[in-house]
Amino acid sequence: MEIVMAIVIGILFMTATYLMLSKSLLRIIVGTGLLSHGAHLLILTMGGLKRGDAPILGGNAESYTDPLPQALILTAIVISFGVTAFFLVLAYRSYQELGTDNVEEMRGTEKDD
Amino acid sequence: MTNLIILPILIPLFTGAILIFLNKTIMAQRVVAVISSISTIIVSWLVVQKVREVGIQSLKVSSWDAPFGITLVSDMLAALLVLTTSVIGFVCLIYSFKSIGKEREEHYYYAVYNFLLVGVNGAFTTGDIFNLFVFFEVMLMSSYVLLVLGGTKLQLRESIKYLLVNVISSALFVIAVAYLYSVVGTLNMAHISARISEISVNGMPGILTVIAVLFLIVFGLKGAIFPLYFWMPGSYYAPPVPVLALFGALLTKVGVYSITRTYTLFFYHDMDAFGLLSVLAILSIVLGVIGAIAFWDMKKIIIYNIIVAVGVILYGVSVSNTASITGAVNYLIHDMIIKAALFLLIGIVISITGTSDLRNVSGLMNRYPGLGWTFFIAAIALAGIPPLSGFVGKLLIVKGGFEGESIFGASVVLMSSLLVLFSVMKIFINGFWGLDRTYAGEEKAPARYLLVAPIVLVVISALYGIGSESILPYFTQAADTLLNPDSYIDAVLKE
Repeated sequence: MEIVMAIVIGILFMTATYLMLSKSLLRIIVGTGLLSHGAHLLILTMGGLKRGDAPILGGNAESYTDPLPQALILTAIVISFGVTAFFLVLAYRSYQELGTDNVEEMRGTEKDD
Repeated sequence: MTNLIILPILIPLFTGAILIFLNKTIMAQRVVAVISSISTIIVSWLVVQKVREVGIQSLKVSSWDAPFGITLVSDMLAALLVLTTSVIGFVCLIYSFKSIGKEREEHYYYAVYNFLLVGVNGAFTTGDIFNLFVFFEVMLMSSYVLLVLGGTKLQLRESIKYLLVNVISSALFVIAVAYLYSVVGTLNMAHISARISEISVNGMPGILTVIAVLFLIVFGLKGAIFPLYFWMPGSYYAPPVPVLALFGALLTKVGVYSITRTYTLFFYHDMDAFGLLSVLAILSIVLGVIGAIAFWDMKKIIIYNIIVAVGVILYGVSVSNTASITGAVNYLIHDMIIKAALFLLIGIVISITGTSDLRNVSGLMNRYPGLGWTFFIAAIALAGIPPLSGFVGKLLIVKGGFEGESIFGASVVLMSSLLVLFSVMKIFINGFWGLDRTYAGEEKAPARYLLVAPIVLVVISALYGIGSESILPYFTQAADTLLNPDSYIDAVLKE
C-alpha cells in the first residue's frame, strides 16, 4: 500500500512542478494546490498505513493507526486552504491592476514606488 | 514551568484581535499598539532575567506531558531574540505613525503588524517542530498582507513571487517534517534530539543527512542564504520602509535561528551537513558583498547586506566551537538592531528626496546633520568598528574560525567587513556629501520625528558594543545551551 501511495505522491509532485513552471498564474496556483496535496499525503503515509482499532490508550496498542499524522494533516490542510484563497485573490487583483496573468510580463523592478 | 514565556506570543495576538475592531479610529489603534508593544518588551525582559537566574524555561501547553503535547521552550537564545524582536517591533511601530499613511492604518496595518510579531515570537519560543511550521505560517501570512497592503503595481507583482517561493518552501517544510517523523516518531524537538542521539551511536544514518539538507533548503529559503536568496532583493524592495525594516530585521533572522536550532540540536552528529552549511555561508558572504557594492540603489545595498550578515552568522554556527557560537549569537542580535536602524534611516532619506537612487541624492549633510551623523554611526557599527556593536560578535566569530582551523572562512569574514564598510560608505559619501540640492516635496517629510526611531536603535547598538563585557554572560549562556543539547533535553523532558 505504501508503494502505491509513494507513486501517487510522486505523480502529484510531478504534475505540480510542471504546472508551476508554466507562465499562466492560474496554472501556477493549481500547481501549488497539488504540491500541498502531495505533501499532506506524504505525512499520512509516513505515519504508516494500516487498519485496526481506535487509538485509545491501554487497548491494543499494536493495531491502531497513528493518529498524530492525521492531526498534522488537518492543520496543514487548513493553512494551505488559507494560503490558496489568498493567492487566488492576489492573482485576481493583480490581473486587474497589471492587466496580465502572464508571469513572463511581471519581471524586473520599476522605479515607480 | 512558567506561564511567563507564552506572554510575548499572547499579548500581540490579543492586541491584533482588538485592533481589527478599532480600524476606523487611528488614534485608538496607535495607543493600544504602543501599550501592548511596551508590555511585550517588559515581559520579554523578565523572561530573559528568569532564564539568566533559573535556567531554561519550558511550558507544557494544556499540561500535556512533554513528548506528547506541545511544549514551549525559552532558552537564552530564544529569550534574547524575543526581547530584540519586541524592541524592534516597538521602534518600527513608532516610526510607522508618521510614515505608513492613513490608508494603510485604516486597513488593518497595525493588526497584521501584531500578528507578524505573534509568528516571529512563536517561532523563537516553540519547542515543537510542527508548531514551528505553524508559527512560520502565521508569520508568512502576515508578511504577505503587509507586503501587498497598499496595492501598487510593484507590490502586487513582487507579492506573487514572494508568495510562490514561500508556498513551495512551506510544502518542503511539511515534507521534511514528515520524513523526520517517520524516522524518529516524535515531534518534540528535545525528544527528536534524544532519539537521534540514540540511533547515531555509530554515525548518523544517511536518511538523517537528507533530512538535514531538506531543513537547510527550507530555512535557507526563508533566511536567504546562497543560492536561495534570489527572491529577496526583488520582494523586499516593494513594501514601504517600516515594513521593509521589520522584514529585514526579523524574517530572515527567523530562518537563521531555525537553522541554528535544528543544526545544533538535531544534526550535530553530522559533520557533512555542517561542512555544507559552512560552504554555503561563505558563498553567501561573497555574493552578498558583490551585490552590495554593485548597486546604486540605497535599499538594494542594505538588502544585499542582509545576505552578508546571514552568511557571517551561519559561518559562526557552522564552525561550532564556543567562541564562534557565542559570536554568532552576539552578531545575530547586533544585526537585527542595526539593520532595522539602517532601513529606517534610508527611509528618512527617501522621504526627503523622493528617490532611492544614490545618483540623484547629494549634500544632505548641510541641512540634516543629525540624520547624517546617525547614519554614519550606524554604518560603522554595521562594519564592526570598535567600540560599536558589530565588533565583538565578528571578533569572536573570526577567533572561533581560526581556532577551528577554518582559516579561509575566517579570512573571508574579515575581508567582507571592509567591503561592507565600502558599500555603506558609498551611501554616506554620495548621499550626504557633495552639492546641496533641493527636492520636490521636501518640506512635507517629517524628518525630525522619523529620526527618533533610528536614534533609539543606534543608541542601543552603541551601548550594546560599549557594554559588551557586562552582557557577555548572557551570550555565553546562550552558546552553552546550543553546544550542550543535553541541557536543553533535560530542561524539557525531565521535570
